[in-house]
Amino acid sequence: MTVPLGQRALLTGWGRTAPTAADVIHAIHPDIVGQAMASAAQPPHGGSRGIIARGLGRSYGDAAQNAGGAVLDATWLDAIHQVDLASGVIKVGAGVSLQTLMERLVPLGWFVPVTPGTRLVTVGGAIAADIHGKNHHVDGSFCTHVIEMTLVAPTGTATVSAKSDPDLFWATAGGMGLTGVITDATIQMIPVDTSYLLVDTERAPDLDSAMDKMLTGDDAYRYSVAWIDCQSTGRQLGRSVLTRGDHARLEDLPDRLRRSPDRARAFVPRTLARVPFTPPSGLLNPLTVGAFNEFWFRKAPRHQVAKPHHMTGFFHPLDGVGAWNRLYGSRGFLQYQFVVPNEGSETVRRVIERLTVLKLASFLAVLKRFGPGDPGPLSFPMPGWTLALDLPVGHEALAPLLDDLDEDVIAAGGRVYLAKDSRVSPAAFRSMYPRIDEWLAVRDRVDPDGVLRSDLGRRLGLCTDQPAPSTGLGRVGRSATGPGRTPSKRSPRTTSATRTSRPRGPATATPPSPERTAS
Amino acid sequence: MIDAIGRPQSVLVLGGSSEIAQAIVARLVPTRCRTVVLAGREGPRLSEAVDRAKASGADVAEAVAFDATEIADHLAFADRVFDRFGDFDLVIVAAGVVGDQPTDERDPVAAASVVTTNFTGLAAAMLAVAGRLRRQGHGRLIVLSSVAGERARKANFIYGSSKAGLDSFAQGLGDSLAGTGVGVMIVRPGFVIGRMTEGMAPAPFATSPDAVAGAVVHGIESGAGVVYAPPVLKWVFAVMRHLPQAVWRRMPG
Repeated sequence: MTVPLGQRALLTGWGRTAPTAADVIHAIHPDIVGQAMASAAQPPHGGSRGIIARGLGRSYGDAAQNAGGAVLDATWLDAIHQVDLASGVIKVGAGVSLQTLMERLVPLGWFVPVTPGTRLVTVGGAIAADIHGKNHHVDGSFCTHVIEMTLVAPTGTATVSAKSDPDLFWATAGGMGLTGVITDATIQMIPVDTSYLLVDTERAPDLDSAMDKMLTGDDAYRYSVAWIDCQSTGRQLGRSVLTRGDHARLEDLPDRLRRSPDRARAFVPRTLARVPFTPPSGLLNPLTVGAFNEFWFRKAPRHQVAKPHHMTGFFHPLDGVGAWNRLYGSRGFLQYQFVVPNEGSETVRRVIERLTVLKLASFLAVLKRFGPGDPGPLSFPMPGWTLALDLPVGHEALAPLLDDLDEDVIAAGGRVYLAKDSRVSPAAFRSMYPRIDEWLAVRDRVDPDGVLRSDLGRRLGLCTDQPAPSTGLGRVGRSATGPGRTPSKRSPRTTSATRTSRPRGPATATPPSPERTAS
Repeated sequence: MIDAIGRPQSVLVLGGSSEIAQAIVARLVPTRCRTVVLAGREGPRLSEAVDRAKASGADVAEAVAFDATEIADHLAFADRVFDRFGDFDLVIVAAGVVGDQPTDERDPVAAASVVTTNFTGLAAAMLAVAGRLRRQGHGRLIVLSSVAGERARKANFIYGSSKAGLDSFAQGLGDSLAGTGVGVMIVRPGFVIGRMTEGMAPAPFATSPDAVAGAVVHGIESGAGVVYAPPVLKWVFAVMRHLPQAVWRRMPG
């Protein structure tokens, strides 16, 4: 079998930090996925460094990177296999983006069950991160709406549902791609009458009142979120704009839309502008961001009821600006998103307080209440509060501060979202996800040789490239006490293959382009 | 893996008993670094360095034998350590000798030995290590050069020119690695008060191994290509490089 190796390319996550090089393989057909995985398990030459799927590259950190190994560009798996307009059940390729689903199905009366703050994510990525949206308190996370999926794992390809193999299904929900490559999924969509929402907007002068309004009022809304101005301090700490609403029926809309139902159901996403190059780090500073946040707060009406908003503006305001991640400059940025149980609301306050003291240029933070989580051992949501803030990399105090905040979050019984993470330590990760051993047992069942690997997996100690200890270490004396987890099942061939191979030459390298696979 | 904030989890030091390298390790272990492998000539200094890394909290701290002048062994050496310990996020090239200029000027063999260690041996070792880093698709090579290599001075031109060669080699290697996920950072300290400079009168802007380590860690975090320690030397040498030769020649000992 000759599977052409991919093109070497530098990859980063959306935060544009910690680039690593991998062989990017275009998964133009599900067959390629199985072949590439077989190839990664049995390298023709050179040490294998595993394989991971990548969608649109919207994970902030290193989840869809695989240094020195293979990265499957799954955006090619973009076929729509089945659509049942009566039931709203669709079967689509894992590389189909939520944007595509909205463009094609909203005019036909069906909307995705869950959408995050960007529609530029793939279905495969949505399952791997078990994404949530503004409706989590009502509808739960994405995988709750997945009926079944096709999963290509090193031990074989299977159709997996929560009934047929609950362990594997829920290990894949939030499993960050480390249980296999999803090639297609069957999803239950939700019915909508129009592409508009009726939105109530109100300002909250401080954090307490925002949280209070959400605790008492959220149940009346399908979608709810608070945008927090993280630049304001003192009495104004945590001042917010709450936007909450539900899908609009045709008769709810103003006359001009009601008269042309086609327009009322239209979903035509537009990119208003695109950041053409990476400006110097520091463009976003407390001054510019402070001004923006002030504008954002002032522009929000004090109190407005049942105002029609189009889906694009309500759900995905940032998608209007292409490549906005460049605004943070060459050093990139990260997002800190955590969840704490309801009793941990003081942790939310402390995080905002401690980050405001640093005067980091953080755009609006997002506060949201979660409903019950799903059974996935690595799935992020749990009932409580989740807060997400974008932070530029570069401030010297940021690293120790975030480590401190991790401890606070762990003490409150919470955790950090892996799809956003780019810096949590292996020990903190284990405390945040206490069911990790359940997950590892399933992973070891479907991938006993550790073929599925990512930089996130390496960083958190879930994957290793280290061959099993062998003899013949020559002058390197002393007993081997290898770092990290060393699966005993690893076959010894990896060692000998690595030993005799030559490094791949630079001829296969392509010019660096972090967003290479983000089509 | 190096995280988004620039903190490595594993480090290999070529020249493990170097005071600067030890100071860097001492700063890295408390953040994320769990694996410390110190390569160098076996002896009490190397084992003491390993003990210190262990005491500071590294999960794995070990010594391995490495001699910069055993050029024929470098490829096999790189394979041995990478095969045994797995990926290295950071490789610090810290081996080197300062020599004794007055004696070495009269003893070409001794002079050549300084150049062989500081330049020829390390150049080969860096190529061997870079091959493994390139294969793993990530990592940083930190090369301890010296401002002495910026412009050779009559008082230490043997050492200075060997560092100039190393510095230049590292810069070219770094450029050749663009796009591979591997980066090279060159560190140019000034006069560092420590074992290597015992008995010498400190030069202006003298610094300490710990201060150099601070600059290095900051450079790793910010993704710098060249780091001066102390940073002011960047500007000092921007001037020194262009002094007329007649003036430069008269620079004191």
